[in-house]
Amino acid sequence: MCTTCGCSGDGATFEGGDHAHPHGAGHTHGHAHEHSHDHGHDHPHPHEGEGAHADLNYGSGPARAHAPGLSQARMVEIERNILSKNDAYAATNRARFAQDGSLALNMLAGPGAGKTTLLVETLKTLAGTIPCSVIEGDQQTSHDAERIRATGTPAIQINTGKGCHLDAHMVGHAVEHLGMHMGGILFIENVGNLVCPAAFDLGEKRRVTLLSVTEGEDKPLKYPDIFEKADMVLLTKTDLLPHLDVKVDVLEANIKRVAPQAQILHVSTRNGQGMPQWLDWLKGERRALLDALAAQAQARADMLRAAE
Amino acid sequence: MHEMSLCESLMGVIEESAQREGFTKVTRVRVEVGRFAGVELPAMHFGFEVVARGTLAEGAVLDFDIVPGSAWCFDCGQTVELENRMDPCPVCAGVRLQPTGGTEIRLKDMEVI
Repeated sequence: MCTTCGCSGDGATFEGGDHAHPHGAGHTHGHAHEHSHDHGHDHPHPHEGEGAHADLNYGSGPARAHAPGLSQARMVEIERNILSKNDAYAATNRARFAQDGSLALNMLAGPGAGKTTLLVETLKTLAGTIPCSVIEGDQQTSHDAERIRATGTPAIQINTGKGCHLDAHMVGHAVEHLGMHMGGILFIENVGNLVCPAAFDLGEKRRVTLLSVTEGEDKPLKYPDIFEKADMVLLTKTDLLPHLDVKVDVLEANIKRVAPQAQILHVSTRNGQGMPQWLDWLKGERRALLDALAAQAQARADMLRAAE
Repeated sequence: MHEMSLCESLMGVIEESAQREGFTKVTRVRVEVGRFAGVELPAMHFGFEVVARGTLAEGAVLDFDIVPGSAWCFDCGQTVELENRMDPCPVCAGVRLQPTGGTEIRLKDMEVI
Protein backbone atom coordinates (compact mmCIF):
# COMPACT_ATOMS: atom_id res chain seq x y z
CA MET A 1 0.00 0.00 0.00
CA CYS A 2 1.25 3.43 -0.77
CA THR A 3 2.52 5.36 2.23
CA THR A 4 1.33 8.78 1.09
CA CYS A 5 -2.36 8.05 1.40
CA GLY A 6 -2.88 4.32 1.63
CA CYS A 7 -4.37 4.28 -1.84
CA SER A 8 -4.33 1.35 -4.13
CA GLY A 9 -3.46 3.34 -7.21
CA ASP A 10 -5.05 5.68 -9.70
CA GLY A 11 -4.48 3.87 -12.93
CA ALA A 12 -1.38 5.99 -12.76
CA THR A 13 2.10 5.66 -14.09
CA PHE A 14 5.18 7.51 -13.06
CA GLU A 15 8.13 7.96 -15.24
CA GLY A 16 11.41 8.52 -13.51
CA GLY A 17 12.61 8.39 -9.92
CA ASP A 18 14.77 5.75 -8.34
CA HIS A 19 11.90 3.40 -7.78
CA ALA A 20 8.84 2.99 -9.87
CA HIS A 21 5.63 1.07 -9.77
CA PRO A 22 2.50 1.18 -11.84
CA HIS A 23 -0.58 1.90 -9.78
CA GLY A 24 -3.57 -0.33 -10.39
CA ALA A 25 -6.33 1.07 -12.59
CA GLY A 26 -9.86 2.00 -11.72
CA HIS A 27 -9.44 3.16 -8.19
CA THR A 28 -11.17 5.66 -6.00
CA HIS A 29 -10.29 6.59 -2.45
CA GLY A 30 -12.33 5.51 0.48
CA HIS A 31 -12.96 2.05 -0.83
CA ALA A 32 -11.34 -1.12 0.26
CA HIS A 33 -10.15 -2.29 -3.09
CA GLU A 34 -7.75 -5.08 -3.40
CA HIS A 35 -4.36 -3.61 -3.70
CA SER A 36 -1.37 -4.64 -5.66
CA HIS A 37 1.65 -2.49 -6.19
CA ASP A 38 3.68 -4.36 -8.68
CA HIS A 39 7.16 -4.14 -7.35
CA GLY A 40 8.44 -7.21 -9.08
CA HIS A 41 8.19 -5.99 -12.64
CA ASP A 42 11.10 -5.47 -14.91
CA HIS A 43 12.41 -2.01 -15.23
CA PRO A 44 15.73 -0.68 -16.36
CA HIS A 45 17.68 0.78 -13.49
CA PRO A 46 18.87 4.34 -13.56
CA HIS A 47 21.96 5.00 -15.54
CA GLU A 48 23.89 8.25 -15.57
CA GLY A 49 21.50 9.90 -13.17
CA GLU A 50 18.56 8.97 -15.32
CA GLY A 51 15.48 7.66 -13.60
CA ALA A 52 13.89 4.28 -14.11
CA HIS A 53 10.90 4.01 -16.36
CA ALA A 54 7.30 3.78 -15.38
CA ASP A 55 4.57 6.22 -16.22
CA LEU A 56 2.03 7.57 -13.83
CA ASN A 57 -1.23 7.78 -15.71
CA TYR A 58 -4.29 9.29 -14.15
CA GLY A 59 -7.75 9.56 -15.56
CA SER A 60 -9.79 6.79 -14.04
CA GLY A 61 -13.43 7.40 -13.22
CA PRO A 62 -15.21 7.19 -9.88
CA ALA A 63 -15.83 3.96 -8.04
CA ARG A 64 -18.92 1.90 -8.55
CA ALA A 65 -21.44 1.72 -5.80
CA HIS A 66 -24.30 -0.56 -5.14
CA ALA A 67 -27.74 1.05 -5.19
CA PRO A 68 -30.51 -1.30 -4.21
CA GLY A 69 -32.34 0.57 -1.42
CA LEU A 70 -36.00 1.52 -1.47
CA SER A 71 -37.08 3.43 1.59
CA GLN A 72 -38.26 6.88 2.58
CA ALA A 73 -36.48 9.85 1.04
CA ARG A 74 -34.67 12.10 3.50
CA MET A 75 -32.35 15.07 3.43
CA VAL A 76 -28.74 14.72 4.51
CA GLU A 77 -26.72 17.81 5.33
CA ILE A 78 -23.12 17.53 4.22
CA GLU A 79 -21.60 21.03 4.12
CA ARG A 80 -18.31 19.89 2.69
CA ASN A 81 -15.98 21.58 0.31
CA ILE A 82 -15.73 19.49 -2.82
CA LEU A 83 -12.00 20.13 -2.95
CA SER A 84 -11.53 19.19 0.71
CA LYS A 85 -9.80 15.96 -0.22
CA ASN A 86 -7.35 17.71 -2.52
CA ASP A 87 -6.78 20.34 0.17
CA ALA A 88 -6.00 17.63 2.73
CA TYR A 89 -3.38 16.10 0.41
CA ALA A 90 -2.01 19.58 -0.24
CA ALA A 91 -1.63 20.13 3.51
CA THR A 92 0.25 16.83 3.79
CA ASN A 93 2.54 17.82 0.93
CA ARG A 94 3.12 21.23 2.50
CA ALA A 95 4.09 19.64 5.82
CA ARG A 96 6.47 17.32 4.03
CA PHE A 97 8.08 20.19 2.10
CA ALA A 98 8.51 22.09 5.38
CA GLN A 99 10.08 19.02 6.95
CA ASP A 100 12.59 18.85 4.10
CA GLY A 101 13.14 22.60 4.03
CA SER A 102 12.18 22.35 0.41
CA LEU A 103 10.88 25.34 -1.54
CA ALA A 104 8.02 24.04 -3.68
CA LEU A 105 6.91 26.11 -6.65
CA ASN A 106 3.80 25.51 -8.72
CA MET A 107 4.61 26.65 -12.27
CA LEU A 108 1.50 27.49 -14.28
CA ALA A 109 1.03 28.57 -17.89
CA GLY A 110 -0.68 27.74 -21.12
CA PRO A 111 1.00 25.25 -23.45
CA GLY A 112 4.02 26.71 -25.18
CA ALA A 113 4.65 29.65 -22.85
CA GLY A 114 8.16 28.33 -22.28
CA LYS A 115 7.90 26.68 -18.88
CA THR A 116 10.27 23.82 -19.64
CA THR A 117 12.77 25.99 -21.49
CA LEU A 118 12.87 28.42 -18.58
CA LEU A 119 13.34 25.51 -16.18
CA VAL A 120 16.15 24.01 -18.23
CA GLU A 121 18.03 27.33 -18.27
CA THR A 122 17.35 27.88 -14.57
CA LEU A 123 18.58 24.41 -13.64
CA LYS A 124 21.75 24.80 -15.68
CA THR A 125 22.58 27.97 -13.77
CA LEU A 126 21.71 26.58 -10.34
CA ALA A 127 23.61 23.34 -10.95
CA GLY A 128 26.10 22.66 -8.18
CA THR A 129 24.77 25.45 -5.94
CA ILE A 130 21.24 24.50 -4.91
CA PRO A 131 19.85 20.95 -5.12
CA CYS A 132 16.83 21.01 -7.40
CA SER A 133 14.24 18.49 -8.48
CA VAL A 134 11.38 18.67 -10.93
CA ILE A 135 7.90 17.19 -11.27
CA GLU A 136 6.65 17.40 -14.84
CA GLY A 137 2.93 17.28 -15.54
CA ASP A 138 1.66 16.54 -19.04
CA GLN A 139 -1.25 14.63 -20.46
CA GLN A 140 1.09 12.42 -22.48
CA THR A 141 4.78 11.76 -23.17
CA SER A 142 7.85 12.06 -20.99
CA HIS A 143 9.62 14.53 -23.31
CA ASP A 144 9.77 17.25 -20.69
CA ALA A 145 11.18 15.05 -17.93
CA GLU A 146 13.83 13.85 -20.39
CA ARG A 147 14.78 17.45 -21.20
CA ILE A 148 15.08 18.19 -17.49
CA ARG A 149 17.15 15.07 -16.79
CA ALA A 150 19.55 16.08 -19.53
CA THR A 151 20.60 18.94 -17.22
CA GLY A 152 21.52 16.39 -14.53
CA THR A 153 18.50 17.27 -12.38
CA PRO A 154 16.28 14.47 -11.04
CA ALA A 155 12.84 14.66 -12.62
CA ILE A 156 9.69 12.63 -12.60
CA GLN A 157 6.99 12.74 -15.21
CA ILE A 158 3.33 12.52 -14.31
CA ASN A 159 1.04 11.75 -17.22
CA THR A 160 -2.47 12.84 -16.37
CA GLY A 161 -4.10 10.99 -19.27
CA LYS A 162 -7.27 12.94 -19.94
CA GLY A 163 -6.72 15.05 -16.81
CA CYS A 164 -6.23 18.76 -17.46
CA HIS A 165 -4.29 19.62 -14.30
CA LEU A 166 -2.14 18.15 -11.54
CA ASP A 167 -3.67 17.58 -8.13
CA ALA A 168 -2.13 17.30 -4.69
CA HIS A 169 -2.56 13.53 -4.60
CA MET A 170 -0.48 13.02 -7.75
CA VAL A 171 2.19 15.35 -6.45
CA GLY A 172 2.34 13.47 -3.13
CA HIS A 173 3.07 10.27 -5.00
CA ALA A 174 5.58 11.89 -7.29
CA VAL A 175 7.49 13.28 -4.31
CA GLU A 176 7.57 9.81 -2.79
CA HIS A 177 9.27 8.52 -5.93
CA LEU A 178 11.51 11.49 -6.47
CA GLY A 179 13.34 11.72 -3.18
CA MET A 180 14.00 15.22 -1.89
CA HIS A 181 17.14 17.05 -0.85
CA MET A 182 17.23 19.06 2.32
CA GLY A 183 17.00 22.74 1.49
CA GLY A 184 16.36 22.16 -2.20
CA ILE A 185 13.97 23.70 -4.68
CA LEU A 186 11.16 21.59 -6.10
CA PHE A 187 9.76 22.89 -9.36
CA ILE A 188 6.33 21.48 -10.17
CA GLU A 189 5.55 22.16 -13.80
CA ASN A 190 1.79 21.91 -14.11
CA VAL A 191 -0.07 20.73 -17.20
CA GLY A 192 -0.04 23.49 -19.85
CA ASN A 193 -3.46 25.03 -19.35
CA LEU A 194 -4.55 28.56 -18.45
CA VAL A 195 -7.77 27.48 -16.76
CA CYS A 196 -8.01 24.24 -14.80
CA PRO A 197 -4.79 24.03 -12.74
CA ALA A 198 -5.73 27.26 -10.94
CA ALA A 199 -8.26 25.58 -8.66
CA PHE A 200 -5.94 22.90 -7.28
CA ASP A 201 -3.59 23.60 -4.40
CA LEU A 202 -0.59 21.27 -4.66
CA GLY A 203 0.95 22.25 -1.32
CA GLU A 204 3.31 24.73 -2.96
CA LYS A 205 4.93 27.64 -1.17
CA ARG A 206 4.76 29.95 -4.17
CA ARG A 207 2.84 30.09 -7.43
CA VAL A 208 4.61 31.23 -10.54
CA THR A 209 2.51 31.96 -13.61
CA LEU A 210 4.20 32.35 -16.99
CA LEU A 211 2.73 34.18 -19.93
CA SER A 212 4.62 34.61 -23.17
CA VAL A 213 4.36 38.03 -24.77
CA THR A 214 3.13 36.40 -27.97
CA GLU A 215 -0.09 35.41 -26.23
CA GLY A 216 -1.48 38.94 -26.27
CA GLU A 217 -2.22 41.56 -23.64
CA ASP A 218 -5.76 40.53 -22.80
CA LYS A 219 -5.02 37.03 -21.48
CA PRO A 220 -4.94 38.07 -17.79
CA LEU A 221 -8.46 39.48 -18.18
CA LYS A 222 -9.71 36.45 -20.09
CA TYR A 223 -8.17 33.91 -17.70
CA PRO A 224 -7.96 35.73 -14.36
CA ASP A 225 -7.96 32.61 -12.14
CA ILE A 226 -4.52 31.43 -13.19
CA PHE A 227 -3.01 34.86 -12.39
CA GLU A 228 -5.05 35.65 -9.32
CA LYS A 229 -3.06 33.63 -6.78
CA ALA A 230 0.31 34.05 -8.45
CA ASP A 231 3.17 35.36 -6.34
CA MET A 232 5.30 35.90 -9.42
CA VAL A 233 4.28 36.45 -13.03
CA LEU A 234 7.00 35.87 -15.61
CA LEU A 235 6.48 37.48 -19.00
CA THR A 236 8.48 35.19 -21.24
CA LYS A 237 9.99 35.45 -24.74
CA THR A 238 10.50 39.19 -24.34
CA ASP A 239 13.24 39.04 -27.01
CA LEU A 240 10.35 38.80 -29.50
CA LEU A 241 8.83 42.14 -28.49
CA PRO A 242 10.38 44.14 -31.37
CA HIS A 243 8.50 41.87 -33.80
CA LEU A 244 5.13 42.09 -32.09
CA ASP A 245 2.35 44.64 -31.77
CA VAL A 246 1.69 43.70 -28.19
CA LYS A 247 1.62 46.64 -25.74
CA VAL A 248 3.62 45.58 -22.72
CA ASP A 249 2.36 48.39 -20.49
CA VAL A 250 -1.25 47.30 -21.16
CA LEU A 251 -0.30 43.69 -20.51
CA GLU A 252 1.31 44.61 -17.20
CA ALA A 253 -1.66 46.76 -16.18
CA ASN A 254 -3.96 43.82 -16.90
CA ILE A 255 -1.83 41.50 -14.75
CA LYS A 256 -1.84 44.05 -11.91
CA ARG A 257 -5.58 44.32 -12.21
CA VAL A 258 -6.22 40.62 -11.55
CA ALA A 259 -3.16 39.97 -9.38
CA PRO A 260 -2.32 43.20 -7.57
CA GLN A 261 0.05 41.40 -5.18
CA ALA A 262 2.13 39.60 -7.81
CA GLN A 263 5.63 40.59 -8.82
CA ILE A 264 6.18 40.84 -12.56
CA LEU A 265 9.44 40.03 -14.32
CA HIS A 266 10.37 40.19 -18.01
CA VAL A 267 12.45 37.20 -19.00
CA SER A 268 14.01 35.79 -22.11
CA THR A 269 15.99 32.58 -22.16
CA ARG A 270 17.33 33.64 -25.57
CA ASN A 271 19.05 36.87 -24.61
CA GLY A 272 19.13 36.29 -20.85
CA GLN A 273 16.96 39.27 -19.97
CA GLY A 274 15.55 39.04 -16.45
CA MET A 275 17.26 35.73 -15.70
CA PRO A 276 19.50 37.19 -12.92
CA GLN A 277 16.44 38.76 -11.25
CA TRP A 278 14.51 35.50 -11.53
CA LEU A 279 17.40 33.58 -9.97
CA ASP A 280 17.72 36.20 -7.24
CA TRP A 281 14.03 35.82 -6.49
CA LEU A 282 14.40 32.05 -6.24
CA LYS A 283 17.39 32.33 -3.93
CA GLY A 284 15.65 34.98 -1.82
CA GLU A 285 12.54 32.83 -1.43
CA ARG A 286 14.63 29.81 -0.50
CA ARG A 287 16.66 31.80 2.02
CA ALA A 288 13.46 33.27 3.56
CA LEU A 289 11.92 29.80 3.82
CA LEU A 290 15.00 28.27 5.44
CA ASP A 291 15.31 31.21 7.86
CA ALA A 292 11.66 30.92 8.85
CA LEU A 293 11.90 27.16 9.36
CA ALA A 294 15.14 27.52 11.32
CA ALA A 295 13.55 30.19 13.52
CA GLN A 296 10.60 27.89 14.18
CA ALA A 297 12.89 25.00 15.05
CA GLN A 298 14.96 27.27 17.30
CA ALA A 299 11.86 28.52 19.09
CA ARG A 300 10.78 24.93 19.68
CA ALA A 301 14.25 23.98 20.92
CA ASP A 302 14.20 26.93 23.33
CA MET A 303 10.79 25.88 24.57
CA LEU A 304 11.95 22.33 25.15
CA ARG A 305 15.08 23.49 26.97
CA ALA A 306 13.06 25.85 29.14
CA ALA A 307 10.91 22.89 30.17
CA GLU A 308 13.92 20.88 31.35
CA MET B 1 -12.80 20.96 -18.20
CA HIS B 2 -11.67 20.56 -14.60
CA GLU B 3 -15.41 20.30 -13.87
CA MET B 4 -14.98 16.60 -14.59
CA SER B 5 -12.49 16.15 -11.76
CA LEU B 6 -14.65 18.35 -9.52
CA CYS B 7 -17.51 15.95 -10.24
CA GLU B 8 -15.30 13.00 -9.40
CA SER B 9 -14.44 14.67 -6.07
CA LEU B 10 -18.13 15.36 -5.56
CA MET B 11 -18.90 11.67 -6.14
CA GLY B 12 -16.18 10.80 -3.62
CA VAL B 13 -17.85 12.98 -0.97
CA ILE B 14 -21.27 11.51 -1.81
CA GLU B 15 -20.01 7.95 -1.52
CA GLU B 16 -18.23 8.62 1.76
CA SER B 17 -21.43 10.13 3.09
CA ALA B 18 -23.38 7.08 1.90
CA GLN B 19 -21.10 4.79 3.90
CA ARG B 20 -21.36 6.97 6.97
CA GLU B 21 -25.09 7.68 6.81
CA GLY B 22 -26.17 4.37 5.38
CA PHE B 23 -28.20 5.46 2.37
CA THR B 24 -28.21 3.67 -0.93
CA LYS B 25 -29.72 6.07 -3.44
CA VAL B 26 -29.33 9.79 -4.02
CA THR B 27 -32.14 11.63 -5.79
CA ARG B 28 -31.09 15.27 -5.45
CA VAL B 29 -27.76 16.99 -4.79
CA ARG B 30 -27.39 20.63 -3.86
CA VAL B 31 -24.03 22.27 -4.48
CA GLU B 32 -23.05 25.75 -3.43
CA VAL B 33 -20.99 27.44 -6.13
CA GLY B 34 -19.33 30.78 -5.65
CA ARG B 35 -19.60 33.29 -8.44
CA PHE B 36 -15.81 33.39 -8.67
CA ALA B 37 -15.22 29.65 -8.31
CA GLY B 38 -14.27 29.35 -11.96
CA VAL B 39 -16.88 26.69 -12.58
CA GLU B 40 -19.03 26.34 -15.67
CA LEU B 41 -22.42 25.10 -14.52
CA PRO B 42 -23.37 23.35 -17.80
CA ALA B 43 -20.02 21.53 -17.68
CA MET B 44 -20.76 20.49 -14.08
CA HIS B 45 -24.16 19.12 -15.14
CA PHE B 46 -22.57 17.20 -17.96
CA GLY B 47 -19.70 15.91 -15.81
CA PHE B 48 -22.00 14.86 -13.01
CA GLU B 49 -24.23 12.90 -15.34
CA VAL B 50 -21.20 11.07 -16.66
CA VAL B 51 -19.50 10.24 -13.35
CA ALA B 52 -22.77 9.36 -11.58
CA ARG B 53 -23.62 6.73 -14.18
CA GLY B 54 -23.70 3.29 -12.57
CA THR B 55 -23.41 4.73 -9.05
CA LEU B 56 -25.89 5.39 -6.27
CA ALA B 57 -26.33 8.91 -7.63
CA GLU B 58 -27.28 7.93 -11.17
CA GLY B 59 -30.10 10.12 -12.38
CA ALA B 60 -29.91 12.45 -9.37
CA VAL B 61 -30.90 16.06 -9.97
CA LEU B 62 -28.02 18.48 -9.48
CA ASP B 63 -29.05 21.89 -8.10
CA PHE B 64 -26.80 24.91 -7.65
CA ASP B 65 -26.95 27.67 -5.06
CA ILE B 66 -24.98 30.59 -6.38
CA VAL B 67 -23.01 32.49 -3.75
CA PRO B 68 -22.30 36.16 -4.49
CA GLY B 69 -18.72 37.20 -4.99
CA SER B 70 -16.80 39.57 -2.76
CA ALA B 71 -13.38 41.08 -3.22
CA TRP B 72 -10.80 43.18 -1.41
CA CYS B 73 -10.18 46.47 -3.17
CA PHE B 74 -6.51 47.45 -3.15
CA ASP B 75 -7.40 51.07 -3.84
CA CYS B 76 -9.93 51.87 -1.12
CA GLY B 77 -8.99 49.02 1.23
CA GLN B 78 -12.50 47.62 1.68
CA THR B 79 -14.24 44.34 1.07
CA VAL B 80 -16.95 44.89 -1.52
CA GLU B 81 -19.56 42.73 -3.19
CA LEU B 82 -19.04 42.15 -6.89
CA GLU B 83 -21.43 40.89 -9.52
CA ASN B 84 -18.72 39.98 -12.03
CA ARG B 85 -15.07 39.23 -11.46
CA MET B 86 -13.95 42.05 -13.75
CA ASP B 87 -16.29 44.75 -12.41
CA PRO B 88 -14.65 47.82 -10.90
CA CYS B 89 -15.00 48.54 -7.18
CA PRO B 90 -18.54 49.84 -6.52
CA VAL B 91 -17.16 52.22 -3.86
CA CYS B 92 -14.13 53.84 -5.48
CA ALA B 93 -14.20 52.52 -9.06
CA GLY B 94 -10.76 50.97 -8.57
CA VAL B 95 -9.96 47.99 -10.76
CA ARG B 96 -7.38 46.17 -8.62
CA LEU B 97 -9.51 43.68 -6.74
CA GLN B 98 -8.64 40.39 -5.07
CA PRO B 99 -11.53 37.92 -4.71
CA THR B 100 -12.09 37.01 -1.07
CA GLY B 101 -15.50 35.32 -1.15
CA GLY B 102 -17.55 33.43 -3.67
CA THR B 103 -14.71 31.08 -4.56
CA GLU B 104 -16.13 28.03 -2.80
CA ILE B 105 -17.58 24.83 -4.26
CA ARG B 106 -19.37 22.92 -1.52
CA LEU B 107 -21.74 20.02 -1.32
CA LYS B 108 -24.52 21.44 0.88
CA ASP B 109 -27.06 18.67 1.20
CA MET B 110 -28.68 15.76 -0.57
CA GLU B 111 -32.03 14.07 -0.81
CA VAL B 112 -31.41 10.39 -0.26
CA ILE B 113 -33.29 7.13 0.07
